[in-house]
Amino acid sequence: MRPVSEDELSEMLRGAGGGPFRLRGGGTRAIGRMAGEVLDCSGLGGVRLYEPGALTLVVGAGTALAEVEVLLAAERQRLAFEVPDLRGLLGRAGVSTMGGVVAANASGPRRVQSGACRDSLLGVRFVDGAGMAIRNGGRVMKNVTGYDLVKLMAGSRGRLGVLTEVSLRVQAMPEVEVTLVGARAAGAGLAALRGALQSPFDVSGAAFDRGRALIRVEGMEGSVRYRAQELRRRLGGDWALCEGAESAAIWAGVRDVAALVGSLGSIWRLVVTPTAAEGIVARLGGGTAVIDWGGGLLWLETPPGQAEAVRAAVAGQGHATLMRPAPGDEDVPALPPEPPGLVALSDALRARFDPRQLFAA
Amino acid sequence: MEMPAPKRAIIGRKPAIAAALREVLPADAVIDAPEETRAYECDALSAYACQPLAVTLPRSTAEVAAVLKVCHAMGVPVVPRGSGTSLAGGALPTADCVVLGIGRMNRVLETDYDNRLIRVEAGRTNLSVTGAVEAEGFFYAPDPSSQLACAIAGNVAMNSGGAHCLKYGVTTNNLLGVTLVQMDGTVVEIGGPWMEAPGLDLLGVICGSEGQLGVVTEATLRILPKPEGARPVLVGFDSNEVAGACVSDIIKSGILPVAIEFMDRPCIRATEAFAKAGYPDCEALLIIEVEGSPAEIDEQLARIRAIALSHNPVEFREAADEDQAKRIWLGRKSAFGAMGQINDYMCLDGTIPVSALPYVLRRIGEMSAEFGLDVGNVFHAGDGNMHPLILYNANTPGDLERCEAFGAEILKLCVEVGGCLTGEHGVGIEKRDLMTVQFSPEDLEAQMRVKDVFDPKWLLNPAKVFPLSASESRRAG
Repeated sequence: MRPVSEDELSEMLRGAGGGPFRLRGGGTRAIGRMAGEVLDCSGLGGVRLYEPGALTLVVGAGTALAEVEVLLAAERQRLAFEVPDLRGLLGRAGVSTMGGVVAANASGPRRVQSGACRDSLLGVRFVDGAGMAIRNGGRVMKNVTGYDLVKLMAGSRGRLGVLTEVSLRVQAMPEVEVTLVGARAAGAGLAALRGALQSPFDVSGAAFDRGRALIRVEGMEGSVRYRAQELRRRLGGDWALCEGAESAAIWAGVRDVAALVGSLGSIWRLVVTPTAAEGIVARLGGGTAVIDWGGGLLWLETPPGQAEAVRAAVAGQGHATLMRPAPGDEDVPALPPEPPGLVALSDALRARFDPRQLFAA
Repeated sequence: MEMPAPKRAIIGRKPAIAAALREVLPADAVIDAPEETRAYECDALSAYACQPLAVTLPRSTAEVAAVLKVCHAMGVPVVPRGSGTSLAGGALPTADCVVLGIGRMNRVLETDYDNRLIRVEAGRTNLSVTGAVEAEGFFYAPDPSSQLACAIAGNVAMNSGGAHCLKYGVTTNNLLGVTLVQMDGTVVEIGGPWMEAPGLDLLGVICGSEGQLGVVTEATLRILPKPEGARPVLVGFDSNEVAGACVSDIIKSGILPVAIEFMDRPCIRATEAFAKAGYPDCEALLIIEVEGSPAEIDEQLARIRAIALSHNPVEFREAADEDQAKRIWLGRKSAFGAMGQINDYMCLDGTIPVSALPYVLRRIGEMSAEFGLDVGNVFHAGDGNMHPLILYNANTPGDLERCEAFGAEILKLCVEVGGCLTGEHGVGIEKRDLMTVQFSPEDLEAQMRVKDVFDPKWLLNPAKVFPLSASESRRAG
């Protein structure tokens, strides 16, 4: 199925004999076992509204991320949440869509400063499992009118309905970016990231990648120079300064987890209490890890068969998603188990929005 | 504003309900004498008042759960209350309800600077959250005007904003987790020190659900390092249109001020007469504040000055020192008080796309003449969150109704131009019956389903948010 309008999608779902459907934007981010008929959302594209002076963008969910990026760049604007491109890591081809980005709440290094995708998301339209078209939120920055289903849809991975339109707050591109690069052991590197995030210098990236602590500042020229200098002084030790394309390349590498592209093991994504990061990495054997969000996000490679160990290591300190199973790990559930007290609520919500379990895939 | 008729059967059981509550709470935590429940008859939407059946003031999550369990078993509606500062009637009781006030739960449970968070009991006031961490150089960003009094529980319920959310976001962007007590007494932990939910983003939907999904008793909040400094400028224009264009240009330039506040002439004049801040007598006035080190502030303000001057302002005033900065903010901060000196007022809260600002202000001016009621506009221009203040006289019969009709027209206009009914105050009872202007029956159905899941009997704050006709069958149970 490849609907080209919300109406057509509604009708298709109303008339659907049964599921499940595999919702698909560009096929670049789906994880876990996928079964059922493909519901291709790439036909639901199109830019509906772009107002650079109000920092707002409204697009059909099938709109290509790349198209949005080009559109915004022409006005020197961008999506604040720095969308990861995981095609290399996950071994996918395909064209990432905005609906897929939102459904995965895909958020990169700037999470520590500008929030996740969900924090930039102003409004959604979606069609639920009964074929009912629903609008929530809008196109304005501040909106507390009714319940916030916008947040509920972000990261819901298509389990409540099919996104047809998304409104986003965008941000101006900075004039300058500078990255402090310091060779450190993991412990010292993470301490430096914490120090940077506790400083008033408005850090927009704090990562540890292949033996290097990385701290980014962005903004107006004079301000960036000043903050980079102050951070260096405050954190102590040796720091090299990278800027421009060199800095951008460093952060693309963190964002897209370049360090683990081409690895053969299972790839895990852990979201944890930042101060727990070092202990968790050590407990899991200290292999190659990319640490972002000041310690709050860990990308790890493990040999197959380690799922229980990984999930035990994060218990009470966060959760782990299996992004790419190595041979032998295919039967491991990709998504982390929901906290016991919340399973009933989540299941009940899904039952309300998708009573026929069309999106159970 | 209509409220559903209280259920006589519940009111008739008042002694039994009070007794059941006293069994699970200490004696001083249950109030049911009419002369004492009067203190809880309204919130900051004081045009509406109703004494509740009883008031409970629990001191712990366990006590909150006990209250809810009793009310759930006896089928009694519960109206949760933070500090009672809602401008939308979010904490307005009904005659057949038990008010659950969270104000006694105000302790700091944990501060964790390494993970940049604080865990508090939800009755703690907004400003005292910052108070708990400022010695270490941190602050809690959302800053509603009522921050001295308003509780975090209410902030979470209404997803409160403030003047500085252009840069830092609103409550939902600064909330990491909550302890939530469901109507049946079940206690759940949602979120935590980590930055992403493992399943559905339940925290996201609880924030802003106006106390209808559960009672938040504890909250984990993001704290941020305080900027080195901040400085405002004041820019006056002889046209709303030009002021609006200036706002747009500043936003587009890539500077991210922490606040861009807008006042129109009626508001400037009222404020000047009241607070004597020395504002220019002009059509529109912007207060723009930026943050950083002195040099960073200079760099940003130079840019803002260049943009502002290109729009031929009648005045551009930079604060040379702390005292002048205070004077620039003085008028803005006393705007509500100044309007209140003139008459009673109703404060609206619609949001519009920034580009629609001049049109909306012109239409509000025209409607003001049609309704014969004065209105002043003061609002957060950077994010289009308007606060028209409509003046009326509560002692003049019919004035409140006329004011409400005028307000409704303004909010419809906000929706018409692509905005929404409420940007930061919430729906409560105030905007409840206007929800159909913004939402289709399907949109509302989708939201009510969420309440069905969390509160199947519709006992928590049931007469709010949704038009009474839309929620009637659910509330009837």
